[in-house]
Amino acid sequence: MADSHHETNEHNDVRRLHDSKVANPLLRWIDQRMPVISMIQLEYGSFPTPRNFNYFWNFGALAMVTLAIMIATGVVLSMQYAAHTMLAFDSVERIMRDVNYGWLLRYAHANGASMFFIVTYIHMWRSLHYGSYKSPRELLWMLGVVLFILMMATAFMGYVLPWGQMSFWGATVITNLFSALPVVGQSIVTWLWGGFSVDNPTLNRFFSLHYLLPFVIVGVTFLHVVALHITGSNNPLGIEPKTKQDTIPFHPYYTMKDSFGIVVFLIVYAVLVFFMPNYLGHPDNYIPANPLVTPAHIVPEWYFLPFYAILRAVPDKLGGVVLMGGALVILFFLPWLDSSPVRSMRFRPITRWLFLLWTVNFFVLGYVGGKPAEQPYILIAQISTAYYFAYFLVILPFLSKFERPLPLPESIAHAVLSRRGGGPLPAGATAKPMEKA
Amino acid sequence: MRRFVPTLKAAAVAAVLALAPVAFDQGARAAEGGPESGHDVIKIPNTDFSFDGIFGTFDRASAQRGFQVYKEVCAACHSMRHLSYRHLTGIGLTPAQVQALASQFQVQDGPNDNGEMFERPARPSDHFRRPFANDAAARAANNGALPPDLSVMVKAREGGADYLHALLVGYSDPPEGITIAEGMHYNKYFPGHQIAMAPPLNTDGQVTYVDGTNATVDQMATDIATFLAWAAEPELEQRRAMGVRMIIFLTILAGLAYAVKRKVWSDLH
Amino acid sequence: MADVLASPPKTSPAEPGPHHADPAHGEGPVRRDFLKLATGAFTAVGVGVMAWPFIHSMNPSQDVLALASTDVELGPIAVGQAVTVMWRGKPVFVRRRTPQEIQEARAVPVGELPDPATDQSRVKPGKDEWLIVIGICTHLGCVPLGQKPTDARGDYGGWFCPCHGSHYDTSGRVRRGPAPLNLALPDYSFTSDTRVRVG
Repeated sequence: MADSHHETNEHNDVRRLHDSKVANPLLRWIDQRMPVISMIQLEYGSFPTPRNFNYFWNFGALAMVTLAIMIATGVVLSMQYAAHTMLAFDSVERIMRDVNYGWLLRYAHANGASMFFIVTYIHMWRSLHYGSYKSPRELLWMLGVVLFILMMATAFMGYVLPWGQMSFWGATVITNLFSALPVVGQSIVTWLWGGFSVDNPTLNRFFSLHYLLPFVIVGVTFLHVVALHITGSNNPLGIEPKTKQDTIPFHPYYTMKDSFGIVVFLIVYAVLVFFMPNYLGHPDNYIPANPLVTPAHIVPEWYFLPFYAILRAVPDKLGGVVLMGGALVILFFLPWLDSSPVRSMRFRPITRWLFLLWTVNFFVLGYVGGKPAEQPYILIAQISTAYYFAYFLVILPFLSKFERPLPLPESIAHAVLSRRGGGPLPAGATAKPMEKA
Repeated sequence: MRRFVPTLKAAAVAAVLALAPVAFDQGARAAEGGPESGHDVIKIPNTDFSFDGIFGTFDRASAQRGFQVYKEVCAACHSMRHLSYRHLTGIGLTPAQVQALASQFQVQDGPNDNGEMFERPARPSDHFRRPFANDAAARAANNGALPPDLSVMVKAREGGADYLHALLVGYSDPPEGITIAEGMHYNKYFPGHQIAMAPPLNTDGQVTYVDGTNATVDQMATDIATFLAWAAEPELEQRRAMGVRMIIFLTILAGLAYAVKRKVWSDLH
Repeated sequence: MADVLASPPKTSPAEPGPHHADPAHGEGPVRRDFLKLATGAFTAVGVGVMAWPFIHSMNPSQDVLALASTDVELGPIAVGQAVTVMWRGKPVFVRRRTPQEIQEARAVPVGELPDPATDQSRVKPGKDEWLIVIGICTHLGCVPLGQKPTDARGDYGGWFCPCHGSHYDTSGRVRRGPAPLNLALPDYSFTSDTRVRVG
């Protein structure tokens, strides 16, 4: 080989290497070839973040921590679990009694699902309240809705695995939702079951998917974060950062704030796991599945109750299923249903109250979802369902056109510093209305 | 004053975290004894158990008496298939006592070299002997009713140990105007009030306790409920002890993390 | 705690950044370093402690540890015959040795063995004809041949491991091949003249 050729090669190599600023030679060598360290420094170190987050902005990090805990506990639990109708219940009891710390792992996993939903619901509420779903963060929001639906599917299939009475009948009822579809409904249900009832093939595929979907969630979470880091975070004022004064580096400010939030979250989680591990569960799930006897009250896990209420609000089988699906699907269209240029509810005097009413309404749905399907609960569910949809389909598209938003602050820094400056200067007293986003 | 604002906000978020599932759950829980159940709701009286509260532990003597009641009364019909004799060290039996106890029971093993199943004395590693070979045999012997397995009974019934105690002392003659179906028994606390199980504990002194405790019906009911509570949640004491340590640790860590956070943020203010 | 949480004198950085904290600047940053260190140490301990349940859950569970011992009926085993029983998921070889086999085993000078052990130390006193060993080759875990009359028993009349050619003698001691140790002895005791409990 000619020397010149060699030189050219080397020259090309150098050009291809990442221009790493890492000091440690070994880490730099790695970073030049695979710049993950630079990436982490950029995206989680110096990443400019609005300086005015409140504690609602902790919940994305909390969701990530919960996901990690769920995968970690789930992986070791699956080493002990037997996905067979004859063995599943017994294997779970063996985990509780004979596997070292099996009770801890199982209770952490079961209650972790509840914690995951609490965190995610608050995270979503935050988006709704501060308008985080609006342009340019539409895709970020939609990926979030995908994550929520994936979580629901994963949680549902996980609840089936202990093969108790609620597992079995929950699986039966939820898979039967598909039978409402015209023509193909029954074939789809048979296909989902792998038989003519919920049975061993169903349990096996649910276990397989319950192990698979969390990793799909990890993948979509990655996309969710990629999208977030393109647009940057929203903030409680809902206005974009304009100058360096408006932002602070993610580390150490928000890493430390998130760390504190994580510990507080762990305290709540620990109370649940160590002192009331079965509080959110249902006693009937400690009765082994019996295909011949349905429990007197079929109630899904608490996190499905609002949607369960919407399902039962309609006396028509297909109608109920469509409405329940619609309650989720409508979230995908939210960025375009809300036509107001103002993001944060702080500056939307009328919508704010109607949104808080929507929040209360969501709790009402959860409440009646846990009640028997009889009056007056059906009527309440119907009114609440109507409001759930009216908020998205009527209030947001039309009220936005008439509502006069409060004046927006000039900048994040201005709002933050004037508040800290001492005087009771109302946020945005001297602000201009925000430019159309 | 302003310095406490983040603390208050954090407390508010923590409260939301803690209360959200509770709020939702009230709905689910309220549905349990809802009016649709077609019978009036009887409030289950609270029994004082040794394991109540955050720091409660199982009264070993009571649990051992409860095991005696199970062995002499309940085990005629009810299995406890998730328990092995070796587990009984959890209620204070020594391994030697467990060994001696297990050998009183004959369990099926096999097949032997001739391909036949045979009976042999149980070992500590064996599961509790089952009264019936299978569910069909159990139904056949019990007028069509299946005596449920008691391993996790305390977790499988709303009200837990309180309910079991109430059920065992809740038998009486039916009130005026209520007819009881053939082979059924009136019980105030059983959902629907008609239970197939005949009163299992009906006379004081039905069991002669080895430790000399006076075996009233109420005492026996308390003891068996204690034993079954232990059987359902053998990890309870370890769990609570670990939880207390965990929460103390996390509270200190939360204080530290909060102090660090405030330090870090102080140069912004 | 209140002291720790109290705000330090306010400084007004023009542009706050991760490198703003300069350890040379008074006691504020020093205290922050101590706090960070303490918090980091606490976190490390917490994560370490919580890792243990995950690791320990993969250790043998209580039911596995309590696994039944195995009773072996010796009556039907004729002199020169061998049976294999399962114990803790492993084969245990029970061989009723002929007087000639015992003699062979005892004639070998112990010093010449790769893993020196007398035959007497490998059987129970007074039960010379019963050799009970775990049937797992000490090389890489195969099950040696030699239990059935038709099996190859290797050059020393005991067992022969077909995987990598280890030869065991009539006392279960390795004589040739890659195996480093003699066939292991399980815990066992004679519960009667014709019964052995392994484990």
